[in-house]
Amino acid sequence: MNFVAAIGRLLISFFEAVGRIAMFTGLALFHSLRPPYYPRLIARQMIDIGYYSLPVVGLTAIFTGMVLALQSYSGFARFSAESAVATVVVISITRELGPVLAALMVAGRIGASMAAEIGTMRVTEQIDALTTLSTNPYKYLVMPRLLAGIAMMPVLVLVADIIGVFGGYIIGVNKLGFNPAAYLKSTFEYLEFKDVFSGLVKAAVFGFIITLMGCYHGYHSQRGAQGVGTATINAVVSALILILVFNYMITELFFSR
Amino acid sequence: MSTNLQTPKIKVRGLKKAFGRKVVLDGLDLDVMSGESVVIIGGSGTGKSVLLKCILGIIQPDAGSIEIDGEEVTRMSSRERERVMRKFGMLFQGGALFDSLRVWENVSFGLVQAQGMERVQAKDIAIRKLAAVGLGPEVGELLPAELSGGMQKRVALARAIATEPEIIFFDEPTTGLDPIMSDVINDLIVDCVKQLGATTLSITHDLASARKIAHRIAMIYNGKIIWSGPVQKIDYTGNAYVDQFIHGRAEGPIKVEVGAINDPTPGSRR
Repeated sequence: MNFVAAIGRLLISFFEAVGRIAMFTGLALFHSLRPPYYPRLIARQMIDIGYYSLPVVGLTAIFTGMVLALQSYSGFARFSAESAVATVVVISITRELGPVLAALMVAGRIGASMAAEIGTMRVTEQIDALTTLSTNPYKYLVMPRLLAGIAMMPVLVLVADIIGVFGGYIIGVNKLGFNPAAYLKSTFEYLEFKDVFSGLVKAAVFGFIITLMGCYHGYHSQRGAQGVGTATINAVVSALILILVFNYMITELFFSR
Repeated sequence: MSTNLQTPKIKVRGLKKAFGRKVVLDGLDLDVMSGESVVIIGGSGTGKSVLLKCILGIIQPDAGSIEIDGEEVTRMSSRERERVMRKFGMLFQGGALFDSLRVWENVSFGLVQAQGMERVQAKDIAIRKLAAVGLGPEVGELLPAELSGGMQKRVALARAIATEPEIIFFDEPTTGLDPIMSDVINDLIVDCVKQLGATTLSITHDLASARKIAHRIAMIYNGKIIWSGPVQKIDYTGNAYVDQFIHGRAEGPIKVEVGAINDPTPGSRR
């Protein structure tokens, strides 16, 4: 009987959390439609997410592309399909590894910093102070971050795609003995618009998830340094899990027949 | 205000708020008349902050009514609420300065964000307000983290009065300051309030501060106002609770709940 009760409690708290996040999202979207807007804040968040994440995302992408070329070459050599390396690299990067790995990196970087910043603002009553200065915290804090996340993640992923393919190219040409022109040709020969597009859609969704989790957990941070720490952990972990779940769902949407 | 003298600036009736099983406000009544300076005293965790935050709309009360200038605010839409909020200024206990913004941007925040004033003009006003609390223009360029506690309080005060609000709330204005700086802040509060002609509601457990800034003192205990009267009468109330509090005695009718949860968690707000 206790066991059943435990499951029930777990389910109730799960749905409670889902409901709270849904309400938070609803409020944030509702407030984002009406002025005032804060272009300066949106721009600052865009730079933070898009520009300052470039090094870490670029590094991730180039090594992923390189590893992918090496691995698929040695794997495909078992059935003499080495020529497929370029195609495998470009499709894996654009469809999956570009968006997912970039999102995981950005979740660690941006999700954590947003939760910590907004959490500290909550704990030191800065969010209450916003309200007393006739400024809606959803508009001032949440909306610019969500918007920047949705807008900048696809840009980041596009860059990651290019760098990733370039990483594969470097290994293919310099180490695996591909002819540069032939490698490039087979990279683009079988690439479809849908491959890149689905990756960019994923990126936008992941950008939304990362910033939403950062804002939500920061906004509902409990008291003290420990509260902010917990909020940061929750923001990153929940973003990572949601990214993996939504990655599957979007893939299903695009590619299941 | 010429509207009419009978309508209180702030009128609170039957205000109730509980966090889980802990009842913080239990049918609290309070009137603050226009131009009056009321100080609420009471122990830690007796609901003083919650009362202020209910009036400001930061916490949604469970029951009761709050009227500002005769307007019921507890069931207002967020947009109307923002309009009423423009009448308010608040000095937070920890200052609550925005640490990503420079001092002058903090002071002029309400002018720029809520009133849409140009930044150049707002900066001039910010510097004037900083001067009013005894800080030079060079302080305006600093970040809040670079200031001492007393300076942060002054900046927070400058921010609270920058929009020239009709009603100002002070949450523990002297907590964490040395006695001399406390007195400086008290003087500044009295001066600013006199100049603006504002109505003020303060909470404190610093009696020296209360005696200095209050016209009227109200004591909160167990979620209700148990005594209220002019500041001159605070020493002759004949109320055992008030007596125990102002003399700081551990023995008396007020039982200190050792180990009780002081305040609600901020995460449980709307």
